[in-house]
Amino acid sequence: MFSFSSIDQYHSSLQDGTATCLQAVEHYLQRINAQMHLNAFVDIYADEARTRAAALDLQRQSGRPMEVLHGVVIGIKDVIAYNGHKLTAASRILEGFHSIYSATAVERLLEAGAIIIGSLNCDEFAMGSTNENSAYGKVLNALDETRIPGGSSGGSAVAVQAGLCMVSLGSDTGGSVRQPADLCGIIGLKPTYGRISRYGLIAYASSFDQIGIFGSTIADVALTLQVMAGADDFDSTVSTRPVPDYTHGLKEKQDKPLRIAYFPEALDHPSLDPEISQAIHNLLKNLQAEGHQVSPVSFSLLDHIVPAYYVLTTAEASSNLSRYDGVRYGYRTSKEGLDINELYETTRSEAFGTEVKRRIMLGTFVLSAGYYDAYYTRAQKVRKLLFDQTQLIFKEFDHIFLPTTPSTAFRIGEKTTDPIAMYLADIYTVMANLVGIPAISLPLFRHSNGMPFGLQVMSNRFEELSLLRISDLLIDRQLKP
Amino acid sequence: MASNPAYETVIGLEVHAQLLTQSKLFCGDSIAYGAAPNTHVSPVTLAHPGTLPKMNKKAVELAIRMGLACHCEIERHNYFARKNYFYPDLPKGYQVSQHTTPICKGGHITIRTEAGGERAVRLNRIHLEEDAGKSLHDVLDTDSCIDLNRAGTPLIEIVTEPDLRSAEEVSAYLTELRKLVRYLGVCDGNMEEGSLRCDVNISVRRQGDARLGTKVEIKNLNSIRNARRAVEAESRRLIELLENGQPVLQQTRSFDAATGTSFATREKEDADDYRYFADPDLTPFALEESFIDSIRASLPELQEQRVQRYMNQWNLPDYDARVITDDKSLADFYEEMVNAGALPKPAANWMLGPVKSWLNENDKEISDFPLSPAALAAVLKMVDTGALSFSAASTRLFTHLLQHPADDAAVAAQQLNLIQQSDADTLAPLIDEVLARYADKVTEYKKGKKGVLALFVGEVMKRSKGKADPRVTNELLLERLKS
Repeated sequence: MFSFSSIDQYHSSLQDGTATCLQAVEHYLQRINAQMHLNAFVDIYADEARTRAAALDLQRQSGRPMEVLHGVVIGIKDVIAYNGHKLTAASRILEGFHSIYSATAVERLLEAGAIIIGSLNCDEFAMGSTNENSAYGKVLNALDETRIPGGSSGGSAVAVQAGLCMVSLGSDTGGSVRQPADLCGIIGLKPTYGRISRYGLIAYASSFDQIGIFGSTIADVALTLQVMAGADDFDSTVSTRPVPDYTHGLKEKQDKPLRIAYFPEALDHPSLDPEISQAIHNLLKNLQAEGHQVSPVSFSLLDHIVPAYYVLTTAEASSNLSRYDGVRYGYRTSKEGLDINELYETTRSEAFGTEVKRRIMLGTFVLSAGYYDAYYTRAQKVRKLLFDQTQLIFKEFDHIFLPTTPSTAFRIGEKTTDPIAMYLADIYTVMANLVGIPAISLPLFRHSNGMPFGLQVMSNRFEELSLLRISDLLIDRQLKP
Repeated sequence: MASNPAYETVIGLEVHAQLLTQSKLFCGDSIAYGAAPNTHVSPVTLAHPGTLPKMNKKAVELAIRMGLACHCEIERHNYFARKNYFYPDLPKGYQVSQHTTPICKGGHITIRTEAGGERAVRLNRIHLEEDAGKSLHDVLDTDSCIDLNRAGTPLIEIVTEPDLRSAEEVSAYLTELRKLVRYLGVCDGNMEEGSLRCDVNISVRRQGDARLGTKVEIKNLNSIRNARRAVEAESRRLIELLENGQPVLQQTRSFDAATGTSFATREKEDADDYRYFADPDLTPFALEESFIDSIRASLPELQEQRVQRYMNQWNLPDYDARVITDDKSLADFYEEMVNAGALPKPAANWMLGPVKSWLNENDKEISDFPLSPAALAAVLKMVDTGALSFSAASTRLFTHLLQHPADDAAVAAQQLNLIQQSDADTLAPLIDEVLARYADKVTEYKKGKKGVLALFVGEVMKRSKGKADPRVTNELLLERLKS
């Protein structure tokens, strides 16, 4: 009977012959089939995964050394291109579309020996916080199937939560990895903007988007990041900084006390569930008692960040989604006799969902003449201010602690009628994307309602190693009696 | 056209020039002209989901090269903006362009006026942008066809101030601009293939009015001749409107070369809001001083410098030097001939004579000329050594070689029996014969009537069937008549 706890353990059992890649793939295919009602997968590459697993087993058994992600079974969000495979962003507008190239991240995973087992459900074009805005229907939270898993990478979170793959990829533009990780009780990392190439990631908001990783251990997340990160000739916004050895770095002993900042305005915000507030306050208190530096930092911009985020991301989205016009690929209306403008209007009206249309219109509005300065230019100023303030904080501190979400997973359908309330729930996650810093959600807590919730930790740009180290420490600490 | 002297025509030009890079502005697709439709189209050109642009540094270099040659100020901090609009040949739904920070600002291009003087036409800007694809409406009956080979080709847009006043000046400016881009190696300047395209902004006002009249834009003129015709026709149309008391509408118009008239394609009232914003997929780029300096240091020689060089180094008359250098390819051909051993002045005569005549008669460019510079230089060398007369070379041998470009000039001259006789042994009997036949004239010569020498030369030539070298014949006759 196959069981998985970490990539390290999996690799040991492959080496001592107690498991094979093919057994792993069969195990996951069986589980996926048994959990079809969760609706986490959009497409399953069963035969392909089996073939690849068998080939990897053969290579290993013939004495070839294992690649770092040898046989690791990975699911990818349906916004990441994989040559020859369906790519739809959970939207009707890309109905029937297959990518003719692979994302840089996917190519690197494959080179490192990973097995991609399927593509994962999400909110349409990664717009949403509940995974209710999908052309494939909603995804269920495996811990309580009446609740949402979060979004937009809901399928990716549930795939790891329900044990349908070892690691999964999501994308995070304003919290789309961290928020579902929080609501599903797993680890979700959004790296620094520009750490992983965006080539092959369907754009929602180009200056915010970043591929993120879901996993069940920090070491697994670190290893997956290691493989995908680094310079890429196809993305001019990706960083050329060398990628540190995260796996090795994690094992180095750290004795220095942590320097942690938190925002009282955030922890005592009226929208925050008091139990979540209390849990984080307690953690901070304990860490201080253990000799770490824990300090409140005033943060006056909190109420401006959600508006700034929605102005800037919708502006970029309105332009990024222009290419879906029914001319070259994807969905085209079946109505005949339309002129070119009618073709655009009808195609896009028929195939985009409500939330996507709302954001395209909002973004078009904030960029239009007469409103541009009042919205777009001002939001950019907020972003700049926020960047500067954050840099000041990181002069004195290594980490900022925040909640990931204001509440635990709510019921399906509960908030779909109030988009504003839904947007405001992004209050804690959008900051990292506005500033471009790495952030992680760690599954440290459980609510009295039985649902999990997490702690969000942020570090300065390109300080993933430091972020992974403190994450490891916090999870270890939580596991100790 | 007799223009109405009561009015002044004010013209500004926007010229799009495709840059001579190997690949597109933001991906590795080839930009070669004439490929089968939709064969230079990677996922990036097709704007497939998830694709990203990557800037072509060569295009930036060429834009700066043009800016430096036009005396522009080079912007050190650049970024690209997105110009958002829907059109089937615009795959991303936006064009990437430099909206607020053109890479080159100000500057000027000097034109030569018909009166023979010079005038500086001020530039407003030169900026980088990507070309769109092509929509073809005449291939199928009901559907339009899209060819995206051109989509993403790097362009510079060269925008003048409203400094031009007539069709002649427009023509002079475009001629000068085309020459400039060719000398710089920035663009092939081929207007028929669309690598150089011109939009004209034109208005008229009463002489002495300080305020400009309402402007009309004529799009996509594909030859200097058509630009000139369009300006003449539009200027006439606008003056007529004003004379008749009718309003000028701010419009975009197209010129129909077949009828010589323009027609409105859209009114300005439905102008788009392009929602420009900095393209977040491309990082802003700063230009290092050293990069600009290196481009400045490697600027190629321009026409004026070549004219001076030809005059100083090769003693060419100003006229010859100027006509040859008017076309860079012609000048390159000429230089190769000289480098292959042809004498500079005879080579210039050949360029301006037989070569240009052939090009004009056949309506060809020098790139289509069948003979290589070295092959033509070989013909000139035979004339120079006296092996061949100029007339035999320029009529018979030249004509033969144009039809048989692979033939060796010397061998062909032999076969055509064109080699001149300069051998004293061959010529002596002919000279004897002539002097014997015209004994009376010999006596006249010896008495001082030196003019009859030409008669003797002519007779020897006749008897040699034109192959006697006149120079050698002359010398031999003088020698014989001395005694």
